[in-house]
Amino acid sequence: MNARREQVRAIGVEQIGPYTLLRLERGELDPGVPGQFFMLEAPGRVLPRPMSLCRAPRGELQFLIDPIGPGTRALCALAVGDAIHVFGPLGNGFDVGVRRPLLVAGGIGIAPMPYLAAVLGGAPAILGFRSDHHAAAAELVPRASVVVEPQLVTELLPDDPGDVLACGPEPMLEAVRARIPGAQLAWEAPMACGYGACYGCVVERDGRYVRLCVEGPILREAA
Amino acid sequence: MIPPILNASGCLDALTAPSVVERLDAFVTKTVTPLPREGNPPPRIAETESGMLNSIGLQNPGIDAFVRDNLPRLAALGVPIWVSVGGFSADDYALLCTRLDECAVVTTIELNLSCPNVEEAPETAAELVTAARDATGKPLYAKLSPATCDVAESARAVAAAGADGLSLVNTIRGLGFDRTSRQPVLARGAGGYSGPALRPIALACVDACAKAVELPILGMGGIASGHDVKDFLRAGASSVALGTILFSEPWAPDRLRSELEAAGAPRADEARGQVPESVA
Repeated sequence: MNARREQVRAIGVEQIGPYTLLRLERGELDPGVPGQFFMLEAPGRVLPRPMSLCRAPRGELQFLIDPIGPGTRALCALAVGDAIHVFGPLGNGFDVGVRRPLLVAGGIGIAPMPYLAAVLGGAPAILGFRSDHHAAAAELVPRASVVVEPQLVTELLPDDPGDVLACGPEPMLEAVRARIPGAQLAWEAPMACGYGACYGCVVERDGRYVRLCVEGPILREAA
Repeated sequence: MIPPILNASGCLDALTAPSVVERLDAFVTKTVTPLPREGNPPPRIAETESGMLNSIGLQNPGIDAFVRDNLPRLAALGVPIWVSVGGFSADDYALLCTRLDECAVVTTIELNLSCPNVEEAPETAAELVTAARDATGKPLYAKLSPATCDVAESARAVAAAGADGLSLVNTIRGLGFDRTSRQPVLARGAGGYSGPALRPIALACVDACAKAVELPILGMGGIASGHDVKDFLRAGASSVALGTILFSEPWAPDRLRSELEAAGAPRADEARGQVPESVA
């Protein structure tokens, strides 16, 4: 386990549409590979919350958070100067050694895309959102094509999409998987530990339960 | 005195986190069953206000693959290895203990007699301990449920059946609902409840059993600080195990030892238990 656990301070808490961009000091933490995640201490909660890294400017780790439950709301309620424990990077990130990347994301699935786009040198992206308000997050990804429901990201997929790297709600990932064998898909599951200890985050693969934090969260479909 | 600090079974994978295992006085494996088990469908975990629910369902490779593939890698870690075993009949426990009796690296066998997430064996805890006792000379720790009307009576029964120690306690059965879907938060419905909410329940069980039997007690249930460890020693435990805290804080054993050192030596009445040889 190369991951570290460190207490770091919030240096920015910014609203982007309904989401919060939480900017933390980097400390000695390694940003890892796009698609890897960190366990963020959620103040007042028993368990930390897994968040993929959104951006990694010098000296910072940034996370895009959708306040949908008690843990994410506690994280979005942090104030500049507050300190939380951060543990990571964890899991397996995207394979960025691809020739023709195309990023596809839906909703809060945009979270790992800014870092991924930066590492790939500005790959094209298709982003889908529930509303114009949510679509405000598209500003984090340059060169992105943006659709808002009822239009779906799969409607914008070209016939020859190249190497697709996708993150989003399960129906979107299933639709991408059906269209593009070999796509790299970022899945999510409730997670207690993030490092293989709890066996909570399993997903079924070929009839077996595998831990998403160990085998994933990026899973490449058999082409 | 800093007591031996272990992990609770099912709360740490030594092979994904060897740097955590190095901090422990002994490593307790996830429960092994005679046959491989895929475990329960997800969602398997959910947080509550003061704890967590889980229903993993004893996912494990089965005793054959465990002995062949996992044990050699665990042996290389250089810490004493406790193997937790679980079954669905007395014969299962006998089979598991017979297999492990041949494995020199295994220092202690913990009998999981109380998993809330799988069907129980029809025999009583004492009958299961008897079956295990006949199969091995290794130290046997009986892990009991806090959800019995008289845990001290269970302790006396497993002591009489030949248990060498008690692991107290397993999770207690709990249920939660998702307020949006109105469905249980875990796919299987009820699960095992752990974390801070379990601590007073566990302490009461340790206290009751310490007064009932002479066996060493491995205390666990919501331990998250040096103060919590001292409470378990006061109640009669001689060693402690960490569970849910390891999920949020993998290197918690280091912090707890520092807190215990900072607190200084306990008074004589703060440590009723004796240190078991198998972890000392």
